[in-house]
Amino acid sequence: MATVFGIPPQALFGQLLLGLINGSFYALLSLGLAVIFGMLNVINFAHGALYMLGAFVAWWLLTTVGIGYWPALLVAPLIVGAFGILLEKTLLSRLYKLDHLYGLLLTFGLALIIEGMFRHWYGSSGMPYPIPDALKGGQNLGFMFLPNYRAWVVVASLVICLATWFLIERTRLGAYLRAATENPVLVQAFGINVPVMITLTYGFGVALAGLAGVLAAPIYQVNPLMGSNLIIVVFAVVVIGGMGSIMGAIVTGFGLGLLEGMTKVFYPEASNIVIFVVMAIVLLLKPAGLFGRER
Amino acid sequence: MTGTMMGRSLLAGVAVAALMAGTAQAQGVSGDKVRIGVLNDRSGLYADLGGEGSAIAARMAAEEFGNKVAGKPVEIITADHQNKADIGSNVARQWIDTEGVDVIVDVPNSGVALAVQEVTREKKKVFLMLGPATSRLTGDACSPTGFHWAYDTRALAVGTGRAMVKEGGDSWFFLTADYAFGHQLEADTMAEVKAAGGTVKGVVRHPLNTADFSSFLLQAQGSGAKIVGLANAGGDTINSIKQASEFGITQSGQKLAGLLLFLSDVHALGLNVAQDLVLTTGFYWDMDDEKRAWSKKYMEKTGKMPTMVQAGTYSAVRHYLQAIQAAGTDDGPAVAKKMRETPVNDMFAKNGKILPNGRMVHDMYLARVKKPSESKGPWDYYQILRTIPGDEAFFTLEQSGCKLTG
Repeated sequence: MATVFGIPPQALFGQLLLGLINGSFYALLSLGLAVIFGMLNVINFAHGALYMLGAFVAWWLLTTVGIGYWPALLVAPLIVGAFGILLEKTLLSRLYKLDHLYGLLLTFGLALIIEGMFRHWYGSSGMPYPIPDALKGGQNLGFMFLPNYRAWVVVASLVICLATWFLIERTRLGAYLRAATENPVLVQAFGINVPVMITLTYGFGVALAGLAGVLAAPIYQVNPLMGSNLIIVVFAVVVIGGMGSIMGAIVTGFGLGLLEGMTKVFYPEASNIVIFVVMAIVLLLKPAGLFGRER
Repeated sequence: MTGTMMGRSLLAGVAVAALMAGTAQAQGVSGDKVRIGVLNDRSGLYADLGGEGSAIAARMAAEEFGNKVAGKPVEIITADHQNKADIGSNVARQWIDTEGVDVIVDVPNSGVALAVQEVTREKKKVFLMLGPATSRLTGDACSPTGFHWAYDTRALAVGTGRAMVKEGGDSWFFLTADYAFGHQLEADTMAEVKAAGGTVKGVVRHPLNTADFSSFLLQAQGSGAKIVGLANAGGDTINSIKQASEFGITQSGQKLAGLLLFLSDVHALGLNVAQDLVLTTGFYWDMDDEKRAWSKKYMEKTGKMPTMVQAGTYSAVRHYLQAIQAAGTDDGPAVAKKMRETPVNDMFAKNGKILPNGRMVHDMYLARVKKPSESKGPWDYYQILRTIPGDEAFFTLEQSGCKLTG
């Protein structure tokens, strides 16, 4: 049987498909981060905690209010987005005139507080969240068994990422947003309410994180540590892709998921550092990131 | 400050020695109090199996002595080692050198425990190991003041490994956490599987604290082994089991062996996912009246039933305080000697004996996780299949490879 570097091709394809699935989480989360940084110049370290919040809201909706997975896909991001808007209005908006670093510190502090609170209430092992009935089971593709839910995650993620990219790069609303970031005074002079746009953008970025959380709940245990485990990788993805670039975040997210999948086949012990190795190389060669522009 | 502490304990020692003729090395209690340091993972993937619960269990033990032994108060402090060996050994060193801590307790994460054992061996302080698993702690890394209490990788291998091979699981694939604990559990279980006539089809090592096991599970499926052995713990095991059911591992005929599964893990997974898993444990709350009574008291303080680590912490601290009471001193080697001389008899273990290498030998239990229909309520999770006598479960002194002879 022919092998690719000693691995049978079926095993390789299976791993690449799994890498794609992981990549879809990275893409979705880094998209939110890229939107917030690109539009607002805020390095949102609370992104992981908000992702975790999305998963917990979905769990809470299921166990306390009886709202299942499908409605939660809409409701949970709205709730998390609203919470994000609250944070922005009360805390973040005061820091826009200052250096990036203050926003980073504030959001980092918020992340610690939110995660600490949830860890105190719920412990670190987490709560179970079942896969919705419509998506249970899987397809035997021959080279691997693909769970239906994971296939759904890839599809949903691609759709959301592309829709967001389209919204920001190809519609008028997106044009206003991009203009508002480049020159807020001028855009405001045209009668566009810039502060409201900024607030809604932050809310949207946060809602994306919340949505990723709902998507993750049936796969990963809903636990307070789920965000902190992921956020560092997501930041690496955004840095590699280019801090402000939406398409960069999407492409890099999927690409790095694939790379991580490959590493798990050939040298699994290194699978959680390969992304950082790539980040180091990219920063040395092209500091603005693969798709970024020098600001 | 160290000068006056030494001066005072010397004076106290002379006084006590004069009063207690026949007790060797009686020096009294150092620093005028017995300070117990509970060092574990309070915020990460191992926080629920020990964590604050271990500290509470230790306090319950101290309360039985009225928070006083040998006439001196007992104080319990805690710290978080965050699963990092350097943090663990620094905290241990600082505790012993500057804060008068007399005994270190718990320390899950075998890598951190090995590092802390180096410190306690050098400083001649008692180390009560509850959380860590590696059998090396009473093997080549043994210490005259170290005590490995609740379980170890060998007991888990004998319990779960042998049981599953006997049921027909003669080919194994290991999913191993890539650090000291995973390697040792994999090695000990592999030895048991091979000794029982089984084969090992492959091994894949994953980094500690991995969220996604899909690619490793795919490799396990591809190997065709009858049993997928999970040589990991805490959050890693929870994620592996949850994702294994998602990938149809059990539906396609393979069985999962949760080599180290705690009650807290089963609680987090839910019986729907965890049902029928076979595991080895050193303690289960619902086995007899004594255990039930103590566990109820524990539950009133924490809202959860105790894991074997938390229940074992109570037993170990109690035995330690008893030894101080009997020896009249908290000097490490003297207390350790007293601890080894006394059998362990409490709600955790009956007729437990401590070998010269620090291994507390007691009965282990093979259990099966109940189906949701079999469970009468929260925490009613295990059906005990058999009791594994201590001598069968743990390495003998010769087998352990420890050079101490007592």
